[in-house]
Amino acid sequence: MKLNELTITNTLKGLENHDFSSEEVTKDCLSKIGQTNKKINSFISIFEEEAIASAKIADEKIKKGDKLPLLGVPFAIKDNFLTKDRRTTAASKVLDDYIPQYSSTVIRKLEYAGAIILGKTNLDAWCHGSSTETSDYGSCKNPHDTNTLPGGSSGGSAAAISSNQTIGSIGSETAGSIRQPASWCGVVGLKPTYGRVSRYGVIAMGSSLDSPGPLTKTTEDAAKVLEVISGLDKFDGTTSPKKVENYHKNLSADIKGMTIGIPKEYLMEDSQEGINQLVLDAAKQMEKLGAKIVEISMLDPKYSIAVYTIVQRSEVSSNLSRFDGIRYGNDRSLMGPEAKRRIMLGTYALSSGYYDAYYKKAQKVRMLLKKDFERVFQSVDTVLAPTSPSTALPVGSSLNHPMFGEIADVLVEASSMAGLTGINIPVGFIGKLPVGMQIIGNYFQEQTVLNLAHAYETSVDWRQNEFKS
Amino acid sequence: MSKKVNLSPKDFSNLATLSNLSPSKEESDTIRNQLSEALNAMDVLNELDTKDVAPLNHPTGEMVNVYRKDEVTSSLSQKEALSNAKSTHNGYFQVDAIFEDQEN
Repeated sequence: MKLNELTITNTLKGLENHDFSSEEVTKDCLSKIGQTNKKINSFISIFEEEAIASAKIADEKIKKGDKLPLLGVPFAIKDNFLTKDRRTTAASKVLDDYIPQYSSTVIRKLEYAGAIILGKTNLDAWCHGSSTETSDYGSCKNPHDTNTLPGGSSGGSAAAISSNQTIGSIGSETAGSIRQPASWCGVVGLKPTYGRVSRYGVIAMGSSLDSPGPLTKTTEDAAKVLEVISGLDKFDGTTSPKKVENYHKNLSADIKGMTIGIPKEYLMEDSQEGINQLVLDAAKQMEKLGAKIVEISMLDPKYSIAVYTIVQRSEVSSNLSRFDGIRYGNDRSLMGPEAKRRIMLGTYALSSGYYDAYYKKAQKVRMLLKKDFERVFQSVDTVLAPTSPSTALPVGSSLNHPMFGEIADVLVEASSMAGLTGINIPVGFIGKLPVGMQIIGNYFQEQTVLNLAHAYETSVDWRQNEFKS
Repeated sequence: MSKKVNLSPKDFSNLATLSNLSPSKEESDTIRNQLSEALNAMDVLNELDTKDVAPLNHPTGEMVNVYRKDEVTSSLSQKEALSNAKSTHNGYFQVDAIFEDQEN
């Protein structure tokens, strides 16, 4: 087995036992990237020399017995996270030659924990989308079937994990951008509670929504990464002072007595055939493990589409106004059509005379979405649903469909609007294409969500064989 | 929001100016129609009564103003801050003139 096929957990074990070196793991990942990136196009920038140099330093530390949480483990990073002295583009030609003078907090935490940064992954330009097709660097392809899309906006990170180009990866979610590509690529994707992980140095999309998080091969890996990247950050006034739990140490497969609610509105009639059943089958599996499954009713997810459209585009119009080519980057004329659409709709929704009817109204409905979840969490521990109404769609599906993303993300938007935590976990396949289910937890209940996902994952044979040690 | 939105080319042009964007002639008609369609789709929110509902600003609801001590701490050096600018002059970012030359 090649070292790039390892999980974070098994990489750390192997490094500790001196079975192999970080340099070897890193080189295997780089080799896999070299063989497959032309076909999958998951990486925009590959930092080959820097990665090998970092791996060598990690190996020295390992020899000395240093015990850092991610020492020597290679990571792929979505290209909206600033990496000091290393190109960061947000997949837009506006930032084609941008070299950040500082790193995002998430990157600093990963590097401080000993992680190796392999390179920057492809995404929808400015995170605007759910397909990765709006990238100015060409679309990424789904490794399970390269005629299909990986989803987005963290499509590159999902594809990199799915194809074993990396051991761990980082993405960000505003409304589905971790969970949905994780679903389409058949990997674990965790969206933490808003405010759990710092947004400092993440190129802003929706400031009241953006949530950086891990995409990994297993739930244990996700827990490990979450521990490292979470926490109060003095550079981000919206981060929570809540103590970072030992998500990895406290990871448990014991879900006896846990109540899981499945909202009937999320088992949509027009979802692709087979998806709802796979999720219900997974729920039955969780019942066998001791959880209680109940049907619940929630606000129709269709409202979250409109809320998201207005709130996100309004915040985008403000956040992208800084890209004027003066202090960094190129001229705004290089903004793609999707970016132009979103900026202009946001500007309209915020402008005098329209602010109340659009932005304020959307924020009020957003409060209703939050209250709806608060209501159900009084009687259930977690909410379970399919992550996406379909499996990976064919290349080209998002073109000429301005609301493509919003409709593809209909099942994840409400929980994102409410700022909750959610995880995608693979539950099966339809043909060649993965199907994912999402587990949504209450604020800062990442441990509960991870435990339920872990319990399911470790109880099904096919998941055990997916990522072997 | 109950009246159907139909952005005129003039509305669109004003919007483009406000957004600091210059879409091409070809793009403008397409985007204008797409925007009108998207805005009309937002009408669905009027199905919900939000008369006594406060807008949600911070999702987890617990944040109040977060302050730090008013002290000078380390920051980017001038050289670092200018490092990505296409046009600089004597340690300044160079921008297009805002004021026209005027005879005094």
